[in-house]
Amino acid sequence: MSVQTLDRVVIRFAGDSGDGMQLTGDRFTADAAVFGNDISTLPNFPAEIRAPQGTLPGVSSFQLHFANYDIMTPGDSPDVLVAMNPAALKANISDVPRGGLVIADSNEFTKRNLAKVGYETNPLEDDSLDAYQVYALDLSGMAIAAVKEFGLTRKDATRSKNMFTLGLLCWMYDRETAGTEKFLTEKFADKPVIRDANLAAFRAGYAFGETTEAFANQFHVGKAPAAPGRYRQITGNRALAFGLLTGAYKAGLPMFFGAYPITPASDVLHELSKHKRFDVTTFQAEDEIAAIGAALGASFAGHLGVTSSSGPGVALKSETMGLAIMTELPLVICDIQRAGPSTGMPTKTEQSDLLQALYGRHGEAPLPVIAAQTPADCFDAALEAVRWAITYRTPVMLLSDGYIANGAEPWRLPDVSEIAPIDPEFATETNGTDAKDNATFLPYKRDPETLARPWAKPGTAGLEHRLGGLAKADGSGSISYDPENHDRMVRLRQAKVDRIVREVPDVVVDDPDGADVLVLGWGSTYGPITAAVRRVRAAGGRIAQTHVRHLNPPPANLGEVLQSYRRVIVPEMNLGQFAMVLRAKYLVDVESYSRVRGLPISLSELADDLLDIVQN
Amino acid sequence: MTQTSPDQNSPAQTSSAKGLNRVPLAVTPTTRKDYTSDQEVRWCPGCGDYAILAAFQGVLPELGIARENAVVISGIGCSSRLPYYMDTYGMHSIHGRAPAIATGVATARPDLAVFVITGDGDALSIGGNHLIHTMRRNVNLTILLFNNRIYGLTKGQYSPTSEVGKVTKSSPAGSVDAPFNPVSLALGAEATFVARTVDSNRKHLSEVLTAAAEHRGTSLVEIYQNCPIFNDDAFTVLKDRDSAADAIVPLVQGEPIVFGAENQWGIVRTATGGVEVKEVAEVGLENVLVHDAHDPDPTTAFALSRLTDAGVLQRSPIGIFRSVERPAYDDLIREQVETAVGSDPADDAMVNDLLAGSDTWVAAEA
Repeated sequence: MSVQTLDRVVIRFAGDSGDGMQLTGDRFTADAAVFGNDISTLPNFPAEIRAPQGTLPGVSSFQLHFANYDIMTPGDSPDVLVAMNPAALKANISDVPRGGLVIADSNEFTKRNLAKVGYETNPLEDDSLDAYQVYALDLSGMAIAAVKEFGLTRKDATRSKNMFTLGLLCWMYDRETAGTEKFLTEKFADKPVIRDANLAAFRAGYAFGETTEAFANQFHVGKAPAAPGRYRQITGNRALAFGLLTGAYKAGLPMFFGAYPITPASDVLHELSKHKRFDVTTFQAEDEIAAIGAALGASFAGHLGVTSSSGPGVALKSETMGLAIMTELPLVICDIQRAGPSTGMPTKTEQSDLLQALYGRHGEAPLPVIAAQTPADCFDAALEAVRWAITYRTPVMLLSDGYIANGAEPWRLPDVSEIAPIDPEFATETNGTDAKDNATFLPYKRDPETLARPWAKPGTAGLEHRLGGLAKADGSGSISYDPENHDRMVRLRQAKVDRIVREVPDVVVDDPDGADVLVLGWGSTYGPITAAVRRVRAAGGRIAQTHVRHLNPPPANLGEVLQSYRRVIVPEMNLGQFAMVLRAKYLVDVESYSRVRGLPISLSELADDLLDIVQN
Repeated sequence: MTQTSPDQNSPAQTSSAKGLNRVPLAVTPTTRKDYTSDQEVRWCPGCGDYAILAAFQGVLPELGIARENAVVISGIGCSSRLPYYMDTYGMHSIHGRAPAIATGVATARPDLAVFVITGDGDALSIGGNHLIHTMRRNVNLTILLFNNRIYGLTKGQYSPTSEVGKVTKSSPAGSVDAPFNPVSLALGAEATFVARTVDSNRKHLSEVLTAAAEHRGTSLVEIYQNCPIFNDDAFTVLKDRDSAADAIVPLVQGEPIVFGAENQWGIVRTATGGVEVKEVAEVGLENVLVHDAHDPDPTTAFALSRLTDAGVLQRSPIGIFRSVERPAYDDLIREQVETAVGSDPADDAMVNDLLAGSDTWVAAEA
């Protein structure tokens, strides 16, 4: 038996949605990350909790890319497909390149299961998979045998097949087993029989790899070079929750998080609900409107109000965003985008809420918009959203999407003591005089530098004031129907948001070869675009790349950058929403590259297309 | 962290009323004038809202709380203008959303006395969902529901409390919508304090509002409020000197429920568990139902609420239908957070530990 060294491997675990594929993938990822590989993941699961067993709609998969270098995406095509049943094979085999490895649970390839997905003959036995290296193994049978001594029901015994499979893969890829053993011991601490059965199945899978002669090789993927520091593996939704929490902590404010469950944003609620220790209150509201309403109420009361949702929920919140803009209170709105419109494909990704985020409100209602680029970047993006919301007394929209929300990557841990504090600067004294020359509080008297208005907490004597949705007189905040005042206030609110550009760093263009084509993206396309650009350059193409994180206000140099290239290509998972904004704002003939499949843009397809563009 | 919130700085002395027990008391007693803002009141002449505003401004000083700790949140509609006229913290928010916004305020800050001002359209139509869920949770709020049985601000369309057949601009052939009975709705939504009062009865209005503010949990007070412009006859039977005595059924805790000019009418239980009106002389005072708002079972309160004909309002109980104790949502959720935070707030090391989790690795200098 020899160990073959590889630079990178993409494994896709696929099975029935009840087969535990997400857990298996998560565990393998955690072990790879702790070992020191760079990692990137793509969970892909049906919206149905338990679609009919063994059917194509019920297939759930988890793709993991791990490598000994800095990788950008979970990979387009798996080198290894683990198929726990015929449906999983059928749904995924077309993505596996010829020569790829297929490990299938032969036990599940019964006549009945084959018929469910329209296989007339068993693909493990006919010649249809000749182009692949196929290992048809009785994974379920071996798992059941491994846990026999624990006296489990057949159903429970069968469920241990995912741990058997994980054990086998751990052996194949030369992984440490301690991490998964510790995980299982802790997860099933209250259920010793289940704990021991899972450990037994996991060890049996590893031992099977070691003793069988079925496999010619073990594979080894070395550590990836990384900036010095302490790392952990993190998903985008958890990083986003941590960014919000850290922002509130650095501001010295309790956080009030209002949300209504919605895919793929619910994990932010789940995560924050665990962290009451950090003065975080989570409110599971009766609907999306109450979620943002209560958050705004908490901000009025002097806490940091935050709400999160996905496209349809954000649409419901838009009326309250109008009030938040009018009352000029801090608020963070997280939109974890998914494929729309309407219910669309809730578990699939998309970037199609951009125009909703920028413009989807009644009236002239500007607010800052920040888009996270990678799972770990969700932390920084959320922290920045909190900083802007508090400093400028404004709702801030934070964009993420299903791809980075559920995907994971290594994250170099920040040191919280090195993060700049955020000063809420609550008003404590009167700041003006009324018509009778008495000292009074003017809730709309702005800071000349930031144009932010003072934030006075209820309970502060002498600063009693009323906010509301009706047009405000500049300074006093009293109801005003004066045309000139309205015009001035509309422009002041816009100017306040525009002024945040002073916080926005210029975009940096990566252009080592003096290219005349620029590829520009925003949000989660960062990974696929960067990987595609690398391929283009490796093939000899000259191409420049930049990525926009601050969508409103955009970086000051963006127009100049756009104008300095012959062609600008903007890949997006929508029909060209940012391209339209850029064309309108900068009068530059940018070209939209649009894919709306509910999946991240394919890096190989993008690389091929970009290479065509730069070579012509 | 250097920031402190007023809840930490507040004077040690807080109200003894359950509903206000973490709200600081005024150092020097306040008066109605202290609660009057500099804004000119702009309701139509003769509007019932004036009387309610005056009563409310009179009740707040009596509660003894610090003025800066009173917060008044409204939705949209004629009644929802009220916060502008109160010199307190306040917000004139969004149509139907006041209970949601107030839930955030009340949950964030136990030291605030939070009032919601709403109307029949605001609370029962566009904001129906927030209203019922607020009552279900029992958030510590006092809700003043101004029921004029019409849309006033939008100039006279039928509302969810208008009677069937009501002819309005949007129902020229008569409305076919069946109305809500707000008291029945609140009882069904598990409200712990439900009362009804009338704009024109200042004393009763003030008593009910005081009891509502002092109740811990959601207090829903339906206030019959006259709209002289679009629905002037809505409460005529209840207000007309000749008919009022036979139409208004006062609910007094611990007293037999009797009414009429000579208290000749009494409420008695029916064989099937409902209630009905009988002549006291016929059934005997000892058989008249004694009012008990503290009954844990809401069945009798509900039966009493059904005495009100939701159509033409020929008869209506006023007073406190129900007042029972149940833990308030905001107290419970704050308790979870306060227990978790304990006596020492989080520090940098704890946040760093949280971010790191249990599985980390170190990449050394290359």
